[in-house]
Amino acid sequence: MTTPGGDEPGLPARPGEEQTDAPVVRTGMFGVHGTSDTSGYGRLQVHGQPPIVSEPPYGGYFDAVAQSLGAALSADGSGFDEAIERVVVDRGELTFHVRRGHLVAVADKLLHDPALRFEIFSGVSGVHYPKEAGRELSAVYHLVSITHNRRLRLEVRTPDSDRHIPSVTNVYPAANWHERETWDFFGIVFDGHPALTRIEMPDDWLGHPQRKDYPLGGVPVEYRGTKVPPPDERRSYS
Amino acid sequence: MSTDTHATPGASDAEADATEGRVYNVAGGDWDELVTNDEDRGENEQIVVNMGPQHPSTHGVLRLVLTLEGETVTDARASIGYLHTGIEKNMEYRTWTQGTTFITRADYLTPIFNEAAYCMSVERLLGIEDKLPERAKLIRVLLLEMNRIASHLGGIGPFGLELGATTIFLQSIRLRENILDLFELITGLRMNHAFVRPGGVAQDLPAGGIEAIRDFLRKAPKWIHDLRALIDANPVFVARTRGVAYLDLEGCMALGVTGPILRATGLPWDLRKSQPYLDYETYEFDVPTVDTCDTYGRYLVRMSEMEQSLRIIGQVLDRLQDRAGVPNDPWLIQDAKIGWPARLSLGPDGLGPSPEHIAHIMGQSMEALIHHFKLVTEGFRVPAGQAYVPIESPKGELGCHVVSDGGTRPYRAHMRDPSFHHLQAVSVLCEGGNLADVIPAIASIDPVIGGVDR
Repeated sequence: MTTPGGDEPGLPARPGEEQTDAPVVRTGMFGVHGTSDTSGYGRLQVHGQPPIVSEPPYGGYFDAVAQSLGAALSADGSGFDEAIERVVVDRGELTFHVRRGHLVAVADKLLHDPALRFEIFSGVSGVHYPKEAGRELSAVYHLVSITHNRRLRLEVRTPDSDRHIPSVTNVYPAANWHERETWDFFGIVFDGHPALTRIEMPDDWLGHPQRKDYPLGGVPVEYRGTKVPPPDERRSYS
Repeated sequence: MSTDTHATPGASDAEADATEGRVYNVAGGDWDELVTNDEDRGENEQIVVNMGPQHPSTHGVLRLVLTLEGETVTDARASIGYLHTGIEKNMEYRTWTQGTTFITRADYLTPIFNEAAYCMSVERLLGIEDKLPERAKLIRVLLLEMNRIASHLGGIGPFGLELGATTIFLQSIRLRENILDLFELITGLRMNHAFVRPGGVAQDLPAGGIEAIRDFLRKAPKWIHDLRALIDANPVFVARTRGVAYLDLEGCMALGVTGPILRATGLPWDLRKSQPYLDYETYEFDVPTVDTCDTYGRYLVRMSEMEQSLRIIGQVLDRLQDRAGVPNDPWLIQDAKIGWPARLSLGPDGLGPSPEHIAHIMGQSMEALIHHFKLVTEGFRVPAGQAYVPIESPKGELGCHVVSDGGTRPYRAHMRDPSFHHLQAVSVLCEGGNLADVIPAIASIDPVIGGVDR
């Protein structure tokens, strides 16, 4: 086992484990809170990963996608850097973090530009990051190009205080139900959606269940003489 | 029959009639009787029919709101959410391994596909895709293809029943039953297996497993042939399906439709070929297509896919038998911090933890005890990030978008279910057609509400 930091404080044990200014994600070895930690590792601090920002060349077809999108956007008056906040190449997947005001223009180029042609809209998945102030809610879009056999992910962030993202239903009609689902579960309002109503929960439901501030619920269950607490009250190691 | 039910609670008859039109609450009975009792209805009036959610031919609790002019459907809307069980929310409060137990219950006709999509996404997050043992991949492909046949049969059989053909249903379910028996032999359960785990599969094939599947492979082609002989040229079936629920390539592209519906337009788009996973590029099989764009074509594609799946299963069995001589061939990743195999044995009081394993961790190996304890209580940590691994499920592209914050639980897991996506096409498939054609149109999508609502 490697010694963390070696002799000098602040040095990483392995390359890629550089500690950054990112917040401490947990303290103590086991991540247990609220109990007396007798492990002796109580002062251990584990830092969060800094956000990945990939620089070109991205590798594979990713460069071609970025260049074609940049060219298509420039022809329209806006540029790649203006529309795309950052590019992330992680685990062999390409993600464009799109500024929300440019989402529809980017989607339009991705579908219609002959060099891009992402025909198949694969869905929207919402994610709630309550700890990232100012960019709490995220909508993640997955696109497929059958013409070029490529995949692409778009991510759009929006603050919780102003949870609006323009709808892409005019470009991709298939986004309809996915945006309804994301509204239902996360409360993101997709502006321009033809009928943004709840889809999974009943129409008169209060709250948006997949948000992190929405409790899972549940009651303790007695099993063989002991009480098992509901899942969201059990010990968490994260 | 009563006519006193209104969509707006508390509204008087007159108010409701003014806003919603006359509301009829019909549950069985004679339609003529209703019509003759209501002569002031006028001619050529549109009728809104609410079909479901409790209806035998909507493949579960799917609700359709149909606007009819006579027999013609002018407006069709699908309404879902009646089987929402919060699988994705629940997974955020369990470990990564326990997530398999939840996700398998989403689309209950394709449990192995749900598990595989989720586990492969988790493996990409863990960065262990290259370390997956060969045997784990083989067993996964084996189960996936068996599941594909079972799912197609679970779609075609009830479809026949909805058209009034009990024989098609019984023959299909009988064949599917053989696959479920094999699943029971291999995983212990007929459905909801939770057999695929991050890093591999829970257990090796049991003794006699390969022989049992070989036996199935010998019989299955004839069964499928008989089924095709029964349905393919059946005049009633063909009349009810040919030209029904037409959706061409352009429509599929606009609606993002994949799977058999897309392949019935003539486009051979199959992720097993175009973006291979689990070494599918090394297997010999064809991607069946037809260019009829209709319900009949989708049926033909599904039938041909079953035959192709049998080919793949045969090749997997050959490879498994070639590997029979490999000593200690692992089926789960050889990383004690991630791999959590099912170490079960049958005792006098039923299935439980194997005594050898308990003796090992309690008496022989401190390391093994620590790893077991950590895995069971805490689980393993997954590096922060997000991943989406799509696979070709029997119904189309099935993907799992998983997000990790570096903890021991999924921060977010989202199933991109093809049934959910394809139900958006209901209005395009049904509008302008006959009311009777709505049933084949829905069946040609083959939606499973467990996957739609999750």
